[in-house]
Amino acid sequence: MSIAAVFEILLAAVVLGLGIWTIAVRETYSATVGFVAYGLLVALIWVRLDAVDVALTEAAIGGGLGGVLLLSAAARLRDAEPMAAEAPGKVTRASAAALSVLIAATLAGAVLHLPDSTPTLAPTVVANAWATGLANPVTNVLMAFRAMDTMLEKVVLLLAIIGVWSLAPDNAWGGHPGPRHQADPDGVLVFLARLLPPIGIVVGIYIFWTGANHPGGAFQGGAILASMWLLAIMAGLTDTPPVRRRWLRFILVAGPGLFLVVGLGGLWFGAAFLAYPPAQAKPLILGIEVAMILTIAATLGLLLTGAPERSVK
Amino acid sequence: MSGVTVFGVCAAVAVGLGLYGLITNPQPLRKIIAFNLLGSGVFLLFGVVGRRGAASGVGNDPVPQALVITGVVVAFSATALAIALLLRLFQKAGSTTLSNGPPPSAGSDPPGG
Amino acid sequence: MSLARDIITIAAVSAGAFFFLAGTVGLLRFPDTLTRLHALTKADNLGLGLVVLGLLPQAGTLRDGLKLISIWLLGLLAGATVSQLIARTARQGETTR
Repeated sequence: MSIAAVFEILLAAVVLGLGIWTIAVRETYSATVGFVAYGLLVALIWVRLDAVDVALTEAAIGGGLGGVLLLSAAARLRDAEPMAAEAPGKVTRASAAALSVLIAATLAGAVLHLPDSTPTLAPTVVANAWATGLANPVTNVLMAFRAMDTMLEKVVLLLAIIGVWSLAPDNAWGGHPGPRHQADPDGVLVFLARLLPPIGIVVGIYIFWTGANHPGGAFQGGAILASMWLLAIMAGLTDTPPVRRRWLRFILVAGPGLFLVVGLGGLWFGAAFLAYPPAQAKPLILGIEVAMILTIAATLGLLLTGAPERSVK
Repeated sequence: MSGVTVFGVCAAVAVGLGLYGLITNPQPLRKIIAFNLLGSGVFLLFGVVGRRGAASGVGNDPVPQALVITGVVVAFSATALAIALLLRLFQKAGSTTLSNGPPPSAGSDPPGG
Repeated sequence: MSLARDIITIAAVSAGAFFFLAGTVGLLRFPDTLTRLHALTKADNLGLGLVVLGLLPQAGTLRDGLKLISIWLLGLLAGATVSQLIARTARQGETTR
């Protein structure tokens, strides 16, 4: 057994142990922290599976932003703990356990019995990379070969924002999301919020820009930009913008809108919807990605700040 | 191949754990966490299948990777919407239980600003 | 030359792993929040620093080495800030009791 295999078994064991702890622990706050740790270790598993783009996404969005979301919800819902409903009875628990074991065993059996000759699209993707001029195959798939999925995913993000905003109470409709944060102006959090965002913005744009040829991309970079914006909000340096502002809504629509315009252009001037002419493929893709990263950063940040709670004065 | 099998079994167990937590935990926030656990197990299964499809100098089949990246972002936005719904329920009804009775009129909207 | 590089890497990363282990043992065994934070900062500063130091000979170019060092500095910054915030909250929690 090689060292790598021992390491992988240990990593899988720790990840599963954390998963069991997250499900079984009594307090919700501990479960949230356990889930954040789980997400970061799963990112390590992704690196081990040679999928560095997914590892970056899982660490940034799954572990980082998801962790902030769950932690703030757990903090706000801490008063609801004693009022929890009664735990389900033994019969429900036993049948749920049986169902879970059955499904897990079926999936594990399917994994262990996968055929040796694997159908794969990697050669096709690599062979067609000339059409875009980008070297990162995942970016090629996301932005060119399955661009429709990415465009529809931007629309899903937009729908989620509309759903979250529609939960505002009547008197706060179109107002500022979330509470007004205040921190000690001489304190550590404000110091970090002044120091880190310039560095974070550079890192975010770098990860986005290098996604053309190396692991990275608009989603990972957008998540980092969103977290820098959230840091400034949480330190009280800036307030959340009122959601009725037109420039905010324009930024949210810019990503899918530009994607749609380019797609229709491909339909009228080219071969099909979302077809890029090979000569202009790279500038078109990078242009779409610039609009995408702005939209992703704004959307992820707004999803985290939640529904409007304070009306515009 | 055996390393990939280890992670495949890990993914299957994560799916089972998430499903169990989703059914048995009474609090909605724990259900959301268990649902995310279930989702990450499914994504790991995609990753395992992609790793087995490594070819042409690419370590992991890019198409499942792109699907998983899309999936992570969509799962995050679904979680954000679910938590916004949960916080609004807590604001209106004063508790987070999905009980069958009508919410008490004790919860009222806070004044704006 | 590469043998010397590998020896440095193995020695430094092992030392860093030892500090991470010590920090984790402290987290699990120390009685209250402030002492646990004290144990964790050892892992952050020394452990991560030693791991990065060990990985520097393996980095191919100067740019990769600078990236590794900036990761260490950002980890230091984040860890220090969060430790301060947690300690302040813990101290406030103690004084109000």
